[in-house]
Amino acid sequence: MLKKINLSAVITVIVLIFLYLPIMAVVGLSFNTSSNSLIWKGFGFDWYKNIWSNEPIMSSFQRTIFVALVTTFFSLLIGTTISIGLNKMKAGGFLRTFSTAPAIVPDLVLAIGLLTTFSTISMSLNLSTVIISHTVFCTAFVVAIVLARIGLMDPSIEEASTDLGAGALKTLFKVTIPQLMPALIAGAVLSFTLSMDEFVIAFFTNGPETPTLPMVIYSMIRFGVTPEINVLGTLLLVISFVGVIFAQRIGKVADSI
Amino acid sequence: MVKSGGSKNSRHLGWAWASPGLIFLTLFAAIPVVSMLFMSVLTAGRFGGVTTPINFDNFSRATDPIFVQVILNSLVIASATAILSLLIGFPTALFISRLSRKWQIILIVAIILPYWTNFLVRTYAWLVLLNNEGIINKFLKNIGLIDKPIEMLYTPGAVIVGMTYLYLPLMILPIYAALEKVDKNLTEAAYDLGSSVWKSLRTISIPLAMPGILIGLIFVFVPSLGNFVVPELLGGGKTVMIGNLVRDQFLKARDWPFGATFALILTLILIVLISLQSYASKKANVNA
Repeated sequence: MLKKINLSAVITVIVLIFLYLPIMAVVGLSFNTSSNSLIWKGFGFDWYKNIWSNEPIMSSFQRTIFVALVTTFFSLLIGTTISIGLNKMKAGGFLRTFSTAPAIVPDLVLAIGLLTTFSTISMSLNLSTVIISHTVFCTAFVVAIVLARIGLMDPSIEEASTDLGAGALKTLFKVTIPQLMPALIAGAVLSFTLSMDEFVIAFFTNGPETPTLPMVIYSMIRFGVTPEINVLGTLLLVISFVGVIFAQRIGKVADSI
Repeated sequence: MVKSGGSKNSRHLGWAWASPGLIFLTLFAAIPVVSMLFMSVLTAGRFGGVTTPINFDNFSRATDPIFVQVILNSLVIASATAILSLLIGFPTALFISRLSRKWQIILIVAIILPYWTNFLVRTYAWLVLLNNEGIINKFLKNIGLIDKPIEMLYTPGAVIVGMTYLYLPLMILPIYAALEKVDKNLTEAAYDLGSSVWKSLRTISIPLAMPGILIGLIFVFVPSLGNFVVPELLGGGKTVMIGNLVRDQFLKARDWPFGATFALILTLILIVLISLQSYASKKANVNA
């Protein structure tokens, strides 16, 4: 027993180093003051100050946040209405698979499918096509999460609400939505994060004038290691780490309501 | 379909709720993907787009040894990534599943956390490490192991390591989920009864983890096979995968039907594998 535990413990430690060493290297180099980021010159925040005046990065960051917010709104709306509908009609496996399929289809296949569709119907590629595309695949995740939760709901509570004279709208807002709240929050956080980090679909469905942040990062790292990416990577890392912890906290609070 | 309790009225109401969303998904998911896959039998237009006549030339073009080699390369690289992830992911999941509840949660969060970081940044991190002037080469030089830097970047190995790094959490999580349900006493008992370490692993842990292992293999293989970013950034264009062919046909050559042919091949490979996985998973469940 001891031998096995030791071997798997050693591998676990190696795996943790494997997972964190690359990230730590980027974080460490982000404090390098040298403009050749692989040669250490000294510790400082020079590149952190520079990044705020980097126009392509800052404007693409704003676009990314905008796309992620609008995508979150629509995928939450569409995903929730589909889930409520499928639950009411006691839909079978086909409609469930259909609504969650965009999460399973390889992103490259979905991306070029959307590109060809947009071109065929002569829609010019810009942020609105990115938003539509992101909404498709985020909706699939929202449906997966909300359907799982809605299945656990006791339908007699909704019935009791209607029996006691509440209208359909009142039942929706006072009974159904509060019960779904943890799933809605989880769906919103997931949609926002997925959209913000998404590269492949945005790469194919966006126009050249309005790149999102991942697209700017992609074109920068094609030219190798740069100080801007070290800083940007570190900032994104902090944002996602805080986001994950925040989502877990909110999930716990919402679950206890 | 379950009909109990679903009155005709609530079915109608259900359709009213779901239809707008379902129409949206039909227009922007089902139609695009299905029509794109069928595009492989059409002819490329002069300025992008597609025209008739319907023909199967693209399939014979795709059997050119150059393209067959790319498809085989992709299968080898994606398989190597899945196997490497399994080899280091299984012991990790096994170790974590044996810990106390509190430590299980801490380590699982630690494993997932990097996965939530932008995947371009995570890929980029390997540029920093594997570069000729990168951290690993500098370290090896400083301790006197090497004089000249080892060429690590822009090799198939770099692509495999990079993709393993990206998708390893997708291997560890399902295996952990399967093992976590296992009664720890079972393996202890097997050991107490004189079963050797490897025997208890082979007869108890591995069979019980099998559904998780199969899901993990699919979770790692699927995004690896269609990847075009990692081969480009870490393979330096020397390692070409199916994803690169699809990207180039759509964006550079503007030959949509030919690009769609490779997308169709990619999709078919994945459908076959997922079917195999669900078949094997059912079998594993019966045996377990």
